[in-house]
Amino acid sequence: MTYAIRTEGLVKRFDDTTALAGVDLGAAPGTVLGVLGPNGAGKTTAVRILATLVRPDGGRALVDGLDVTRDGDAVRRRIGLTGQYASVDEDLTGRENLVLFGRLLDLRRAEARRRADELLARFELTEAAGRRVSTYSGGMRRRLDLAASLVARPRVVFLDEPTTGLDPGKREDVWRMIRSMTADGGTVLLTTQYLEEADALADEISVLDHGTVIAHGTPTELKRIVGGQTLAVRPADPGRLADAAALLERVAGRPPDVAGELLTVAVDGDGVLGAAVPALAAAGIAVTELALRLPSLDEVFFALTGRAGVAA
Amino acid sequence: MSGLPRHAVVLAGRGLTKARRNPGLFLDAILPPVVFLLLFVYLFGGAVAGSTRDYLHYVFPGVLVMTAILAGLTSTGLSINLDIKKGVFDRFRSLPIPRSAPLLGAVLGDSVRYAVAVATLFALGLALGFRPSAGLPSALAAAGLAILFGFALSWVNVLIGVVVKEETLVTTVAFLGIFPLAFGTDMVAPADTLPGWLQAWADVNPVTHAMDATSGLLLGGPVRDAVLATLAWSAGFLAVFVPLAVRAYRRRA
Repeated sequence: MTYAIRTEGLVKRFDDTTALAGVDLGAAPGTVLGVLGPNGAGKTTAVRILATLVRPDGGRALVDGLDVTRDGDAVRRRIGLTGQYASVDEDLTGRENLVLFGRLLDLRRAEARRRADELLARFELTEAAGRRVSTYSGGMRRRLDLAASLVARPRVVFLDEPTTGLDPGKREDVWRMIRSMTADGGTVLLTTQYLEEADALADEISVLDHGTVIAHGTPTELKRIVGGQTLAVRPADPGRLADAAALLERVAGRPPDVAGELLTVAVDGDGVLGAAVPALAAAGIAVTELALRLPSLDEVFFALTGRAGVAA
Repeated sequence: MSGLPRHAVVLAGRGLTKARRNPGLFLDAILPPVVFLLLFVYLFGGAVAGSTRDYLHYVFPGVLVMTAILAGLTSTGLSINLDIKKGVFDRFRSLPIPRSAPLLGAVLGDSVRYAVAVATLFALGLALGFRPSAGLPSALAAAGLAILFGFALSWVNVLIGVVVKEETLVTTVAFLGIFPLAFGTDMVAPADTLPGWLQAWADVNPVTHAMDATSGLLLGGPVRDAVLATLAWSAGFLAVFVPLAVRAYRRRA
């Protein structure tokens, strides 16, 4: 298998603390790898090594097959970086920032301006383009950061906690734009401490804790680690709650939990949903909510580390 | 233009845009020459030289050199430190440009500060009655030499800006280093009035050579040795502190 992003046994020590204790990560071309972990897990250190900002003490890190310590300049030609440390200039306007990066990437002036306007439009910043970044809201600032990492049309993009500190509504905006980035066929490594974010964006997730990868898989695979799925049903008419509960017990083989007007029951396979829907229809029970739920990544993290994760 | 110079010029342009937007930043470049010139001339002029006009001519070349030193001292290291702290330099370091380009760009971008500070000093000096008797081309050479010397010394400040963690410390540390250089000279009073140890220091102090050189270029007199010494010191500062600053910058994680 070829990887666009690969680390093997990556080690990094700072004074007496070990930030990375042999980390293996891999992202296939055109996919999003989520690196999930709490503060201090080593996520940022891994990204900084991959982005050639820090040298590893051991192991290898490859971008597009190029070693970050030996071919730093070639790696830098292929990557885009967004993180709270890799920032834009607050005293310049949004457009000036993007033009500056374009000029540094050897675009001609006109070309740099065109690219800047293109990215400003794509990240919905055209109106604010002429304002200084210091006047931007948190969400606008993050969108400009994303745009800045794309000026060079990089094949590999590192997004280090792209939504940390944003309120949930703004987070959805940024997610939408991150999805559009992978639509171009680029490879993305996304670090996050929001479990929900990794679930929403990543094709595969590596869970990082204390400098080691403690689990890896697709979001679905990780959720399966913690156990079965849950079928949730909310009857439209509260009067039919008992009928619906009896029906669910028959379909699922065990009695459902009742929380207010919501019935939940653990199920063993995907087939249960298929059986429940016609049964409800046949019994004439209208529902306002019907879902097969996977456990939250929060529960996954707890199961893997024995500690509570950061609430999404 | 290719590689390092082109990227440094693009980054210097960024510095100029920022400066144009915050003219307040120029205040700390303009204030020292104005304060020093007025202070020295009117406070000490009568006592040291017997007349403020004579003293103006005595002290002006020294203040010119000090102005150029302070113009580099008060800004470059600080702006680099802030860039590192705010993460702007990390973005630059993730780009395929030479890693010294942001440092060189920051220093070049500050060149306008030297020009503003030196022009302010000349304007005030001329208004107070200073007359560069060696002629205009020679006076411009004096200004150029002072700026070159200040530029070379500013790399000490760049190094401090890269190494020091707290931005508030940058200027303090720089001042501690610059103080004996800038004031351990015969700038404000003739060397033979200084105590022996200070005379000995003033004799070897590179700033003294720079002041002798600007004095000769502005007012006439022998300049060759002093100018050569100043150029040699400037080259020496650049040869030592540019690599040190770049190395520290590369290593700063």
